Amino acid sequence: MNLSSVPAPAAPIVEARGLRKTFGSTIAIDGVDLRINEGRILGLIGPNGAGKSTVLNAILGLTQCEGQLKVLGLSPWTERDQLMLDVCFIADVALLPRWMRVSQALDYVAGVHPRFDRAKAEGFLAKTDIKRTSKIRELSKGMVTQLHLALVMAIDAKLLVLDEPTLGLDILYRKQFYDSLLNDYFDRNRTIVVTTHQVEDVQNVLTDLMFIHRGRIVLSCTMEEFESRYLEVEVHPEHLAAARALKPIHERQALGGSILLFDMKSHPVDASQLAALGDVRRPSIADLFVALMGNEPPDQTTHAQDADGGRPQ
Amino acid sequence: MNTQANFAPTASIASRRNPVATKSSTQLLCWSIQRELWEYRSIYIAPLVVAAIYLFGYWLSLIWLPPQGVRENLIPSMRDITPLDAAHRLVPLAMPYAHAGMLTTFVAVLVAIFYSLDALYGERRDRSILFWKSLPVSDLITVLSKASIPLVILPLVVFAITVVVQLAMRLSSMAVLSLGSSGGAAILWRQLPLFEMQIVLLYGLVVMALWLAPIYAWLILVSGSARRAPFLWAVLPAVAIAVFEKIAFGTAHFGWLIQNRLFGFSAAAFDLTDKNGVPVDPHFIPINCLAPGRFLANPGLWLGLLVAALFLAAAVRIRRYRAPL
Repeated sequence: MNLSSVPAPAAPIVEARGLRKTFGSTIAIDGVDLRINEGRILGLIGPNGAGKSTVLNAILGLTQCEGQLKVLGLSPWTERDQLMLDVCFIADVALLPRWMRVSQALDYVAGVHPRFDRAKAEGFLAKTDIKRTSKIRELSKGMVTQLHLALVMAIDAKLLVLDEPTLGLDILYRKQFYDSLLNDYFDRNRTIVVTTHQVEDVQNVLTDLMFIHRGRIVLSCTMEEFESRYLEVEVHPEHLAAARALKPIHERQALGGSILLFDMKSHPVDASQLAALGDVRRPSIADLFVALMGNEPPDQTTHAQDADGGRPQ
Repeated sequence: MNTQANFAPTASIASRRNPVATKSSTQLLCWSIQRELWEYRSIYIAPLVVAAIYLFGYWLSLIWLPPQGVRENLIPSMRDITPLDAAHRLVPLAMPYAHAGMLTTFVAVLVAIFYSLDALYGERRDRSILFWKSLPVSDLITVLSKASIPLVILPLVVFAITVVVQLAMRLSSMAVLSLGSSGGAAILWRQLPLFEMQIVLLYGLVVMALWLAPIYAWLILVSGSARRAPFLWAVLPAVAIAVFEKIAFGTAHFGWLIQNRLFGFSAAAFDLTDKNGVPVDPHFIPINCLAPGRFLANPGLWLGLLVAALFLAAAVRIRRYRAPL
């Protein structure tokens, strides 16, 4: 990842070079390079089947990949047992074993994880309606996520990987989820990698952004770069031709007129010039995502679905 | 809240890695076994229920039979004791106690088979494997904990339950006997060496687990590799090999091998004839019929354990690659 504005630390949390994974003739990830530094929250955004989950599974040592990959200085595939002391993940909502009781989940994680702080987990749970004696199958989807988050946040890990952690949750739980993560968990010693389709939820959470499409990284920047690089202008109809001449990377129609997205890096434009054409604002990640993905030619080759492709939803 | 500007990476990872006492492999194994007992409660409930039903039936028989009948049932008539040796004489007395052990063992073997077939399959089916894999418990520990259920835990469960049931049977039958003639209870204590029976039971459970180890390991391996229908994957290959062998070579070595593996443990570990060459009744096996030396010298035992180890090693390896179904 390009983090030129940040002084490089001694060792990145995740470093990958030329990561490649194929399932038979389909390519899941195709030469991914990435570098995630400590204290960052990286959002990995991509359409279904882009290879997000494969990248995460590689980082977690759940799948073997070609190329070089180090997580916390360890090889996730061959040194997985050691790595899992410092890495946590929520791979999906509602994958906690349904037969387990809440108290058993606490007992078990406390029993096997040396970095688990039971009091902390109990503290998080005290703020919820989750009863210790409940079985996980009796909890709602949102509560299961709360429980999983309570377990994970009580583990003093260096890297937390979240793969669609809020899928299928209502907006209240989703907001709570990210609020807890930021306020009660995240600090400069921790690093979070998250994939989600609900990009609007994470726009204000992320420090770094990465778009992945068809197994390749199509955008990688910090959120500062994202905000200074892309501008969106709601152009008044009479200025449309002039605006188009400035080479926007994308154009879409909205109620008030056309909305044009400008990449200030590839086609430098003076901001005041844009202001004359209409209302200038920051694009949402979702808008940029649609713009960049929409410009891609239609998919010619078969590409693997994400590992989450078959997930019941 | 926008956090992007607030955090710049600081010192290296290793420098701040706070030392935390790691969990020993024994702790991890114990918690993993505990987890299996939470999930598969039939491991102890099924043998308990069957043993309780058996005990209840035994009690009913004590109540319903007339006192005279009870005595005849419980104490073999003195007339019977002549040419046969003590072991044979004790058979009718030992029979209900032996049945308690056999029944519990039978149920436990059934539980072990179904448990083993589900051990690495269920966690993939319900996707919880991703949660287990998010914790620092290795595939090796996980597979060992699962293998220990049929090989260690279930035999212990059977032994504990049987001992308790047999003691309850003995105390209650003595109570009934003491209602009649005063000497009956004492005779019963003297005649039936219950402690010896329990030693033999424990020995039998251990040799059975060791002998069946490759079977359980095979079931666990299949449960870890099959994408669906682990039972069929476990059974059909063996049937296919046996049928192929029969058609191609007209022989039945493989079938014999499997049969010997399933039922051959008693022949391998016990010397079931007395000194006159008369077969010993399996309801009361005297302690001098145990043949641990012969059992340990049997290459079949060690080959079986080697195969079991290979199957389990393969199961460990396969679990690394397996995603949820």
